[in-house]
Amino acid sequence: MSGAEKIQAKVTEITPLNELVTRFRFERIDGGQLPTFSGGAHTVVEMQDGGITRLNPYSLMSDPFDQSSYTISVRRDDEGRGGSLFMHRQVKLGDEMTISYPVNLFSLDLRARKHLFLAGGIGITPFLAQIKQLELLHGHWELHYACRNHALASYADQLTDRHPNETHLYYDDQNQQIDLENLLSGQPLGTHVYVCGPKGMIDWVRNTAAAEGWPEDCVHYEEFLAPQPGKPFEVRLAASDKVVHVGENESLLEAIEREGVDAPYLCRGGACGQCETVVLDHDGNFVHRDHWLTDEEKASGKKIMPCVSRFEGKSLVLDR
Amino acid sequence: MTIQFNDESFRDDYTFHNSDWAIKRFPFPFHEDSYMYSVNMEQHRGGPEGSVYEMRFDVDEHYVSEMKDRAMVLDQDPLRCQSLPHMTLAGWDLLELIMVSKSEDYPELFELHRNGNQWRWINKPLGIDHSFTFMDETTLPYGPMEYITRQAQGDFAVLDQRDEMLWMDAGMVTTQADWSLDFDIGMNFFEWHAPVPKAHEMGIFQRALKFLLNIQQGAPARRLNWTMTVNPLLDTSPENYHKWGIQKTTLTPENIAHKQHLRVELQTFFRLPRSNALVFPIRCYLCSFQDLMTVPKWGRRLHRVIRDLPEELATYKGFIDNRPMMLDYLSQFDDGLPTSPGIWPDLETEPPLSK
Amino acid sequence: MSKFEFPKSIASRPVWGTLEVRPGEHHLMIAEAEGAEAILDIATPDLMAKTHLIYIPKGTDYVERLQALKPAQFYEGPSYEASLQRIRRVLEDAHMGLQVYLTGSESMMGQAMNEVMAVGLPHTAIQTEHRGSVARRMQCVHCKGITEDVEVDPFVCAHCGLNLFVRDHYSRRLAAYQGVRVDAEDHGNVPEPKGIYE
Repeated sequence: MSGAEKIQAKVTEITPLNELVTRFRFERIDGGQLPTFSGGAHTVVEMQDGGITRLNPYSLMSDPFDQSSYTISVRRDDEGRGGSLFMHRQVKLGDEMTISYPVNLFSLDLRARKHLFLAGGIGITPFLAQIKQLELLHGHWELHYACRNHALASYADQLTDRHPNETHLYYDDQNQQIDLENLLSGQPLGTHVYVCGPKGMIDWVRNTAAAEGWPEDCVHYEEFLAPQPGKPFEVRLAASDKVVHVGENESLLEAIEREGVDAPYLCRGGACGQCETVVLDHDGNFVHRDHWLTDEEKASGKKIMPCVSRFEGKSLVLDR
Repeated sequence: MTIQFNDESFRDDYTFHNSDWAIKRFPFPFHEDSYMYSVNMEQHRGGPEGSVYEMRFDVDEHYVSEMKDRAMVLDQDPLRCQSLPHMTLAGWDLLELIMVSKSEDYPELFELHRNGNQWRWINKPLGIDHSFTFMDETTLPYGPMEYITRQAQGDFAVLDQRDEMLWMDAGMVTTQADWSLDFDIGMNFFEWHAPVPKAHEMGIFQRALKFLLNIQQGAPARRLNWTMTVNPLLDTSPENYHKWGIQKTTLTPENIAHKQHLRVELQTFFRLPRSNALVFPIRCYLCSFQDLMTVPKWGRRLHRVIRDLPEELATYKGFIDNRPMMLDYLSQFDDGLPTSPGIWPDLETEPPLSK
Repeated sequence: MSKFEFPKSIASRPVWGTLEVRPGEHHLMIAEAEGAEAILDIATPDLMAKTHLIYIPKGTDYVERLQALKPAQFYEGPSYEASLQRIRRVLEDAHMGLQVYLTGSESMMGQAMNEVMAVGLPHTAIQTEHRGSVARRMQCVHCKGITEDVEVDPFVCAHCGLNLFVRDHYSRRLAAYQGVRVDAEDHGNVPEPKGIYE
């Protein structure tokens, strides 16, 4: 079986936070305790959306040591294929859903003498759990959180109330921007920086840190890519001897699973490397969107990450 | 099930012994008549009733004596248990995992009563009844990892996971196959395995690392490893090698049957939830050649495995000099009949020795 | 010739690199004896103007040439031990982005690397280049004592007196290779010592 262990949960709270973001609380159906987790972990939520099973990862934002419930915050993506729309429109209080055990691809480096968190928009969620963890362990941290405006700044007021000295907010509509170069160059040795937000922000932080001589191992980032819709295409699965049609609004991985072919996965967002698949033959172009494969691997045409990447062309044969 | 705990020693007069029950459940490590390295991982979710696989942390008749032996080792050399500063949270994870598992799996031996962070732990075999505050080190006599692993058989390596790598950053190591925690602490997965011959070239460690990095909460794994030890000596450490190394030369055709032991490690792997670290318990089981030979299938197979083992491996496992003597002894128990696949003794189905 | 080609070995044996200039506003160089040559190889006026150079000559005569590079700060230490308090003081106030360059014997690089790691830089970010002595810093696995400047295998532990063979297994934390009793299985049978790389 692919993916992490499953938990049967029910939705016990739905809280709209603002125009775009809604928070969901899950508790176990059997009333038992949920596993503890480490800050930065995500859960994969299964959605039965018409004929399609969607499995979307969301960062756990609740106290990692609180075993009574998990909470996630979902930002509505009107352009996406519908996972977030399903959560916003279809999920009702009391619904039973399957979620996965926590998996952490964005964990704290517990050796750090200081943790510097940089969040963009909904990228705040993993930090909420990490901050709770560090508060318990008396860790040294600082948060810089950039949003479009105050109204869309989920949890900003709560963070400012609880951690006035550690929280720094930046609003686009007030032309505020993180002074990244000075922020990074002033950090004491042993600081680790963590960034979660849109791709542009992650690239900005990674490039600035590299230019200032920060070691790669001290720069951590997480960006779950939502699979993007694209032109339909056909794929032949050589090992299981099947031809599969990948629709406009489903990912290659979802199409493979729909046909009953088991493929490993953890994050479903192009980050963990689990679903890496060997390309046996192709005639056409890959649309690589993952963070996992190196540029050389992408150019080689020999590997694909079916969770987020697609194909445009005549024929594609995979070793699945 | 009631376990009768042995009163026995793993040093000096070596009164260690296996009951018939312990012999039958011994984790014989060879599933076929030959041996080569492999990653050989499987899920650790129980196993046949009474087998060493059944429980998350196996407790057997040697428990009390092994814990006494561990306390002696630590008295002589406290460096056998170390934890780098960032690993304390993983220590609490491990304490929780072992206490919860043992109290659920052996309710007649262990009890855990939790009221928020106020915990009461009862360990009947060792006579411990202790109330403490979870996550508060000041309420324990040792750090959390040391506290609980003084009450759990086997060695424990606690591995931090970062930068797509595992780091040996904490451990309790007193029953090891000749490696030093004090020396290896802080090393990465490839570094602490560096002295192992052949396996690097075979890509074994690359594959094993990939597997281990992806072990997730609630989905532990396990494998067996093995070596040879003269005398039932648990503490075959490099630290004391200058003392025990000479024991290998005391083997004679007359004493080999009871002096030579097959040493098997049941290695398990659990993701630790709060720290995202990985714990790697390495549980050591010893069985003398004469006890192993009471199982006809094992007698036939052990002879063939030892006979055909590549020289490099026999050297690395430290028995190259004694191999001819071992084979003289073991060949008496190999009548050439085929053996059934798998590690189980198959006493009812395998034919008796016809020689 | 101060460069030595170490034979290929096991994964725990450190592989020393070749220094290169990396971006950054602050640079700390710690060099010992012939390590001066590695510094001379990469030095530029721009780099040295941002560099604190700590140099331990060990009887060599590179000091004037290093001073001529005009490092922002220059310190000549009589030994690594004597320089240690200064190194710690420099690291205490340093910021992320600091570039660290170590060059000289394995013993000095290993110990200095430990100091830098202790303040939180990952070892992968610390540049090294071996120059000069190939003697090893050895830890006796039995008594835990460190014997410096070991050139032959086997050697006698300076602390407990056991005859130890020289392994390639190396601990970054101890900045030492492992020494194990050579005659443990045959007391008194100690092979004739020869050079480690002979």
